[in-house]
Amino acid sequence: MSEPAPAAGGFYTEDMTISVGPQHPSTHGVLRFVVKTDGEVISEAIPDVGYLHRSIEKIGEKVTYHGYVPYTDRADYLAAMFANQAFCMAAEKLAGTEVTRRGEFCRVIACELNRIASHLISVGTFGQDIGAMTPFVHALRERETINNLMEEICGARLTYNYIRIGGVGYDILPETCARIGEFLHHFEPIVDEFNRLLSGNKIFIERLAGVAVVSKEDAFSYNLVGPNLRGSGVKWDIRRDIPYSIYPELEFEIPVGTAQVGALGDSYDRYWVRIREMQESCGIVRQCLKMMPKGPAISKVPKKFRPPVGECYARVEAPRGDMGFYVVSDGSEYPYRVRIRTGSYTAMSIIDKISKGIMLADLIALIGSLDVDAPEIDR
Amino acid sequence: MQGYLDQMIRDGAFAGVPKEVVYAIAMVLVALVVLSAFVAPLAGVTSWLERRVWARMQSRVGPNRVGPQGILQWLADGIKNLLKEDLIPTDADAKLFSFAPYVVFMGFLCTFVVIPFGADLIVADLNIGILYILAVTSLVVVGILMAGWASNNKWSLLGGMRSAAQIVSYEIPAGLAILTIIFLAGTMSMQGIIKAQGWGPWDWFLFHNPFTFGAFFLYFTAALAEGNRTPFDIPEAESELVAGYVTEYSGMRFLFFFFAEWGNLYVIGAVATTLFLGGWQVPPLPIFENSPVLLGVAQFVTFFLKAYMWVFVAMWVRATLPRVRVDQLMALCWKYMVPLSFMCLLGTIGFMFVPADVQRIVSAITLGFALATAINFFRRVVFQVRSAKPELYFKPQI
Amino acid sequence: MDANEIYASLEKLFAGKVSDLKAEVLEPYLTVDKDAIVEICRFLCSAPGFKFEVLSDLTALDWPKEEKIQVVYHLFSYSHNHQIVLKVDLPRDNPKIATLENVWKVANWFEREVYDLFGVIFEGHSDLRRIMLPEDWVGYPLRKDYVEQEEYDGISTQRAPLVEKLLR
Repeated sequence: MSEPAPAAGGFYTEDMTISVGPQHPSTHGVLRFVVKTDGEVISEAIPDVGYLHRSIEKIGEKVTYHGYVPYTDRADYLAAMFANQAFCMAAEKLAGTEVTRRGEFCRVIACELNRIASHLISVGTFGQDIGAMTPFVHALRERETINNLMEEICGARLTYNYIRIGGVGYDILPETCARIGEFLHHFEPIVDEFNRLLSGNKIFIERLAGVAVVSKEDAFSYNLVGPNLRGSGVKWDIRRDIPYSIYPELEFEIPVGTAQVGALGDSYDRYWVRIREMQESCGIVRQCLKMMPKGPAISKVPKKFRPPVGECYARVEAPRGDMGFYVVSDGSEYPYRVRIRTGSYTAMSIIDKISKGIMLADLIALIGSLDVDAPEIDR
Repeated sequence: MQGYLDQMIRDGAFAGVPKEVVYAIAMVLVALVVLSAFVAPLAGVTSWLERRVWARMQSRVGPNRVGPQGILQWLADGIKNLLKEDLIPTDADAKLFSFAPYVVFMGFLCTFVVIPFGADLIVADLNIGILYILAVTSLVVVGILMAGWASNNKWSLLGGMRSAAQIVSYEIPAGLAILTIIFLAGTMSMQGIIKAQGWGPWDWFLFHNPFTFGAFFLYFTAALAEGNRTPFDIPEAESELVAGYVTEYSGMRFLFFFFAEWGNLYVIGAVATTLFLGGWQVPPLPIFENSPVLLGVAQFVTFFLKAYMWVFVAMWVRATLPRVRVDQLMALCWKYMVPLSFMCLLGTIGFMFVPADVQRIVSAITLGFALATAINFFRRVVFQVRSAKPELYFKPQI
Repeated sequence: MDANEIYASLEKLFAGKVSDLKAEVLEPYLTVDKDAIVEICRFLCSAPGFKFEVLSDLTALDWPKEEKIQVVYHLFSYSHNHQIVLKVDLPRDNPKIATLENVWKVANWFEREVYDLFGVIFEGHSDLRRIMLPEDWVGYPLRKDYVEQEEYDGISTQRAPLVEKLLR
């Protein structure tokens, strides 16, 4: 509790310390904020993380490279494909393994579908936090179809273990490709409907315009990545600027925040970048489906995968930003160190700074707009 | 109703019992009947309807198991809540904590005394009818503050204070909009207001002049805010304050708050119908003159449907719109709605001095404008329905 | 700029404080003296031509055989699209290094995690306390010789052997 101080006008007021979470309907996962507020206006919001710490990094030193891939799913269960891919890319770079071309295409299709699913959850729960419950259920309904497609592709709906070292676990069958195309044809107007319902809503815009503005310098200094960085106006995307896989051959735009309704880098910008990214991902999957070559889905990788001594840092553009896997190998079957560097972790570090002086309701909006995700933070 | 009682006393039905006692017993009986036979099922069915309406809007199904189409879901919920453990947190003020739900419930229940369901179907036609409703619904503020404070929980306290501020602020635009109608009707009695209107839309106060048209929307918005409904449901903002002032409540006490909220929806609709939509007035068809029972039923059904339409609109709004932030809520009330309602009041008063044929022309223009808005609205609905895609369900073939 | 050029410029400006460039590996890295890390990073962050605006990652590696804990800094530049890895060797029994909080604010959280999991003390840090683990946890889990404590808050952390569990 802060020192009681007479406020303007001579009233005797005290700050109250509330704990938002860990059980709270709208912190994304198990998070906790210790908030000092005078009832409405926040003077300090300190995040307290670690409720979901599962020591995935330590486990990496105990299992083999192949065996670690399912663990990477759990690093961010809403965007499991990307963690899979990052780890497999790091292991492949260390050992110099080639990935088959069809495997690359399967990877991109699966990843972009996962990106759509993750962004659907993100914007849906964001609307739910602001109070609009209907767009959330509509987003989940669309995500159900993606989950069904994923089940057809790899057998799992959430934690896929699909992208393996050297390619992908299972090939995507032509029937599934046809269904993916059908889904995309169905999904693109749904985004417009979603926008009519939520993004254009005056109350929604008023809630978010100008709230929690993150300037470009702050975004760099606090290492925000992904849509958070692009919402502040920086046109940076790993798929375009440090390209990996087959992204150099695909055409897509990088949506950037443009201060549509308020300041540049406010919550609405970050939200709008996610909506646009969903639409771009649809285009990417369409191109991949058209360009998909025939061939094996995975290249021959030894069962006892023993990369030479070295270290490697592989990045992918996950829905929550740039996910980096730093894998250090000492020549044995087990990695020496696996380090997962996620976008949500650094996004949490900025919350204390930009939450000074905003209201309690804005804190919830802010957390939703940064799209933090407890498993990513705590690993 | 008093007339019937007097008739029966004159016929010697209650020999020896003083008149006041007869009146008192009759009032208690009627209140009980209204309560158990009408209000409780009404609030319950409203809760079921709300869940079904939301579910259909969210492309889900909603409760459809308990009873035909799930219509007894509220009974199941009520019984389940009665069977729950009754928790009072330690260090909470037990007396206030237990009493708060009843205060809130009383606040909304007492309004049913003056709701006019038909020409003769009203418990008591007070000559201060609408003022009585305004006064009694303010009791909920007391109950909410009690709940927020007595829970010994910072979240509840925040919710309770926000709610108190909200309800008290929004009484003003609501009251001013109501005052507009009182001026037009010349009486505060509910039956009197209805009798001052006619059965057709051109006679309703809603289309009487553009100012009452505006006053209606002001009243409806303010009433939604008073009933803690989205977009103004900050006190129970689930995603911000867990559950606001009802955080510490469980079991039947919890349900009481929501009982009052759903029932209050009906009261909002009923008051809106009475003041603006002509109440229970039905067209003067010949069959009604022959059978007063049929007339009574028709009036009841008309009133009920009109009031329930606004209940449906309130549910619709809740499923669609996000929540307004507290300072925006207060700004909306004090900076926009209060001046607007003053304008509507003064405009209506000025309008009453305008010669009658000009009044009729302006009424016709308002009615036309409202019709055009309604037609435009339905065009948009048709567009949305046409462009809505059917759901895509893939049975995974593994 | 590639790693060789960066190393050459750094060697010229901070003679003796950088050493050991490994440029032919996948992630070229160079070793930095632990006392000079703050000024070198400040230079790298703002100097034109380098412009490493972001600290991509700050982590540590535990080499018990060589009795050292290596703190690894991945720096990245958006304007020039180049990256460099800095490594600092710290003695394993007393790992202390200055904080980079004033250069990149995100170092605050990264360093807290390294302190939590490896036990590296960052001098000058504004709020050095455990971040993932509870405040009263004993030990630094990501070290190679870490043994988990027997019980925490009265709850045993040991799992009964499988045979015992099946027989029960």
